[in-house]
Amino acid sequence: MPDTAMPILDVKGLKTVFRTRGGEVHAVNSVDFHLRPGELLGVVGESGSGKSVTMMSLLRLLPSPPAEMRNGTVMFDGQDLLKASPAALRAVRGSKIGFIFQDPMTSLNPVYTVGFQLAEPLRAHMGMSKSQARQRAVELLKLVGIPDAERRLGDYPHQFSGGMRQRVMIAIALACDPKVLIADEPTTALDVTIQAQIIELVKELRQKLGMAIIWITHDLGVIAGIADRVMVMYAGEVVEEGPVDEIFRNPQHPYTRALLKTVPAVRGPREERLQVIEGQPPIMHHAPAACSFRNRCEFAFDRCAREHPELQAIDAPGHRAACFLLDQALTQTPEAVDG
Amino acid sequence: MLTFTFRRLLLAIPTLLLISLLIFLLLDLAPGDPLAFQPLTIPPEVRQKMRDALGLDAPGYVRYLLWAKQFFWVEPLHFIDWMFGTNFAQGMQRIISWQFRAPVFDIIVQRLPQTLWVVGLAYLVGVMIALPIGIISAYRQYSWFDQVGTFVSMIGFSVPPFFSGVLMIVFFAIMLPWFPSIYDTTLVVDDFSSFGQQVRQMTLPVMVLALQTTAQLSRFMRASMLDNLNHDYVRTARAKGMTEKVVVLVHVLRNSMIPVVTVIALGIPSIFGGAIITEQIFKVNGLGQLLITAIYANDLPMVQTLAFIFAVLIVLCNLIADVLYGLLDPRIRYD
Repeated sequence: MPDTAMPILDVKGLKTVFRTRGGEVHAVNSVDFHLRPGELLGVVGESGSGKSVTMMSLLRLLPSPPAEMRNGTVMFDGQDLLKASPAALRAVRGSKIGFIFQDPMTSLNPVYTVGFQLAEPLRAHMGMSKSQARQRAVELLKLVGIPDAERRLGDYPHQFSGGMRQRVMIAIALACDPKVLIADEPTTALDVTIQAQIIELVKELRQKLGMAIIWITHDLGVIAGIADRVMVMYAGEVVEEGPVDEIFRNPQHPYTRALLKTVPAVRGPREERLQVIEGQPPIMHHAPAACSFRNRCEFAFDRCAREHPELQAIDAPGHRAACFLLDQALTQTPEAVDG
Repeated sequence: MLTFTFRRLLLAIPTLLLISLLIFLLLDLAPGDPLAFQPLTIPPEVRQKMRDALGLDAPGYVRYLLWAKQFFWVEPLHFIDWMFGTNFAQGMQRIISWQFRAPVFDIIVQRLPQTLWVVGLAYLVGVMIALPIGIISAYRQYSWFDQVGTFVSMIGFSVPPFFSGVLMIVFFAIMLPWFPSIYDTTLVVDDFSSFGQQVRQMTLPVMVLALQTTAQLSRFMRASMLDNLNHDYVRTARAKGMTEKVVVLVHVLRNSMIPVVTVIALGIPSIFGGAIITEQIFKVNGLGQLLITAIYANDLPMVQTLAFIFAVLIVLCNLIADVLYGLLDPRIRYD
């Protein structure tokens, strides 16, 4: 993917705050990223690191109150989605940007048929008639690999298995040929064999339809297999981003390295225990003034508590990380940093 | 669904027979002599003759079977005769009210229209107001609309109709003489002015009763909507680019109606039970008032028949609620 292509989605300084009874929670803190046409961007991080909230903020899908998009721009198709009118936003949702959610069991409306739910965006965005929408719905179900599509249009979500429901969700997200597909942990709620099927399906659809994809997950194995670029998030910030090979071969941020260590290896020497990162991501009551990872970082030193690290470029193109160690790392060998 | 309905109807038969027996046995236990209101000057032997004529001293099972025969066989025949002008009943003895000395069903038919007009309309009005209030209150939770709705609901919940009814009369019949305080049953509606009069005399009792229904149902609707508004499928609908109107009125509403419809259907029998207190206050001589006077007068056939009709309605509305539930929620299929 050439680095020079114009991004289709360009996010700058995105900041989302939840106003709760216990004070403000800064869920997304000045996140910048971009997505190029046809690219697959993997977003990884622990639960609570702000991955989903970031993506839902793009389309303003978070209930407000309590959520509040306080800052930033989300440029898509020549307009800022954060400032777009409700009607303009609706024209983007489900039409140019499709969304797949985590839990297919609850993401479909239980009292309407799959055909009805699939036809809704077609009729709203593409002005199709009932019969046209039906025809297209059959095509879509076939596209996502649901057998006997014609008959299954009249079925209700509870008549589908979990994997099949996720396929229906994908069909809904793809209904209007979106330019961007945001998949929010689409395989987390599924069992492993079904996960693999869904991943294969998305890979295949991407080749066929050529849309750009943002894939949120905490499963690094999935990311390694499908992503072009990876963005690592922690406490509502991007701590490292770069091409997928770079991230896996040459991770720079201590958090990324720790994440990679937690993946149990199938090959190689058997390890006594699974590696874990002690503790949990902090709940941010203020915008970060220091490194948010310092309390769990084995390399933390005094500067980490004083200053806030900014993303800085590393020698490989497109690889950036936010850590003070990098200043030294640029002059020292990686072993020295590790030690 | 059809076989389910049919099976339930069949099952209702033994249930209702058992209920009718229970009603009979309970009323049999009740103290009081049906002849207590007769003048004390009636000689004992005449009194005994009256008792024999009414069959009061016959064994319990005879009296029960006689009532059952009259209710399940003779009365339907009379009804068919009245509908189609046939003569199946051939003058068989109907259930006679001791108090009115007339067939129980004739009196019920006289009283039914008032009750249906006042109590039935109040229920309808209550439902029609409660549902939109519940929907808006939930969608705009904690807005001023919601706060006012909550406040009014609390009033509706906590103020009993014997108080709100009198209050209404004081305000809207006496201080502001807009509406009559007494319901005139003899009014014949045949032109616009009498129709207007009918509407005016119905207004106060309907308002009092509708306040209660609205209070309960709107809270229920609100809770059900709130429950559903946080579901994942609502987010999906928004992510598909649906308008808020579609999200709320198509996606959330149908899910929210599932429990509410059950409550509405189960409330229908109470219409026919009449509003005993409200009917007393506004002098509406409907079914509620009929039941009260029948109890005072020891009019056992009347009380027994009314109680049994309520039981039938409750069983039927339960069935209706179950069927509606199944229609709204595809996950529930009875067959």
